[in-house]
Amino acid sequence: MSPTDTVQKETVQKEITLNMGPQHPATHGVLRLVLDLQGETVVNCDPRPGYLHRGIEKWMENRTYHQIIPITDRLEYITCMNNNLGYVVAVEKLAGITVPERAQFIRTLMAELTRLSGHLVWLGTHALDIGAMTVCMYTLRERELILDLTEIVTGARQTVSYVRIGGVRNDLPRDFFDKCREFTELFPKRLEDYDTLIKQNRIWLKRTKGIGVFTAEEAVNYGLTGGTLRGSGVNYDLRKVEPYAAYDKVEFDVPLGSEGDVYDRYLVRIEEMRQSNRIIRQCLDMMQPGPITTDDPRYAIPEKVQVMQNMQNLAHQFVLMSKWVPMPKGEVYVATEAPKGELGFYIVSDGSGRPYRIKIRAPSYVHIGALPKMVTGHMVADVIACIGTIDIVLGECDR
Amino acid sequence: MEAEQIAKMIEEKFPGEVTGTVSHAGQIGVMVKPERIRDICRFLHDDPALRMDHLADVTAVDYSSYPADKGPRFEVVYNMISTSFRHRIRLKARVSGDNPRIDTVTPVWATANWHERETYDLMGIVFNGHPDLRRILLPEDWVGHPLRKEYPLKGY
Repeated sequence: MSPTDTVQKETVQKEITLNMGPQHPATHGVLRLVLDLQGETVVNCDPRPGYLHRGIEKWMENRTYHQIIPITDRLEYITCMNNNLGYVVAVEKLAGITVPERAQFIRTLMAELTRLSGHLVWLGTHALDIGAMTVCMYTLRERELILDLTEIVTGARQTVSYVRIGGVRNDLPRDFFDKCREFTELFPKRLEDYDTLIKQNRIWLKRTKGIGVFTAEEAVNYGLTGGTLRGSGVNYDLRKVEPYAAYDKVEFDVPLGSEGDVYDRYLVRIEEMRQSNRIIRQCLDMMQPGPITTDDPRYAIPEKVQVMQNMQNLAHQFVLMSKWVPMPKGEVYVATEAPKGELGFYIVSDGSGRPYRIKIRAPSYVHIGALPKMVTGHMVADVIACIGTIDIVLGECDR
Repeated sequence: MEAEQIAKMIEEKFPGEVTGTVSHAGQIGVMVKPERIRDICRFLHDDPALRMDHLADVTAVDYSSYPADKGPRFEVVYNMISTSFRHRIRLKARVSGDNPRIDTVTPVWATANWHERETYDLMGIVFNGHPDLRRILLPEDWVGHPLRKEYPLKGY
């Protein structure tokens, strides 16, 4: 054995610890991973979240039910509408508030637009991480159209705070309908463009097939939800399991994968975008004129005109905005299908205008918890593909 | 299966463990004693008629400033659903304020690992037998558990 052989042998056997993040372009925010490597193979992965922890749950306990809505925007800041909706649906369940049909359709429509926006960011950044840079340029172009539509309705592109307890803040403006219809006609063509870029691309297939495999049983055991779970072939979509908003009135399919790898999860989310587009079209067609907030006088926020003209409405608006009204005692756990997965709110009420305790079940947090299992045994470069495929946002994970 | 039926099944299988049920807005919470929580969870997970395979959430609530509450201080809450049967149930177990301890359910659901770490970090509940009970969202050297009611909102 020559001296050089000995040196090589020792180099290969030595295990090194590599710190990845929190400042790293492929960690989708401030995720930090501590990787133990044997050569280029990952033997252990220890995620260290918390760099964006703002104590949101503690903060919520000290705000009224109404004041919490803008805080939910700051959870998963790419798709804030779905967070608003998830929280508000939970509060409505707690207090037994019924919501008029038009408001339900508006919520569904806006939630699906936002889902498209979230999936487009996911597709762009996921492809960018793996090396297909062009895709990001295209997806962000289409996302811009969605942000424009959001701006027409809510006045904001991000952090919209649009959904209200008992309804939505304002009705859809008249020029929204044509522009939205135009978008739904354009979008399927654009989806085909993305397919031509990467769906059969040999490098894309090499980087995604057989990577980060979860069997159906493992995926459920690790608490995966959303597209990450359905890539493993488990039919669990909360829009079908426990329909909220107007999801029981529209038709859509739940796409499922079979292999449970990065590629199948990619296919599932692409198909989800087609289904979302289908839901948006149905909402536009089925929406009828009508009220957009609840008729329950305790929780209905009076319109501005009425506040200016009527003393009673003025007083009620003041109470709602400053301290909210007493809510029924009790507790609920309500989960909705956010673009990332199951977004659950567990609310404990002590009968006052402030929640006694709110726990946010964030899909990103659970998905990062499954990351060690996903990457162990793979190469360092595959860690990047796995971070992309679990579709995380750290604002939601760290809360 | 209806949530009431599930509550009854737990009571039949583990006599004396169920201390009551609470119901609000169509959702049922089953109050159980903390000592045999892992056995109860194992039963809920494995029983072919229940198959609670998806543990959505584990959390804890500090009841120290809840109006007219007389039970032990903390309550550990498990929200679960069956992905095949699509029925939900909520388990609730009260633990004392002096030395809040309960068995881990990580051997039953792998996802419980991180939920329990978070509950330990923010609420200070110790999970017996947990494989890796470290702080997770706060720095390692942090003092105190912020979601306890006596912890100040600001000025820390």
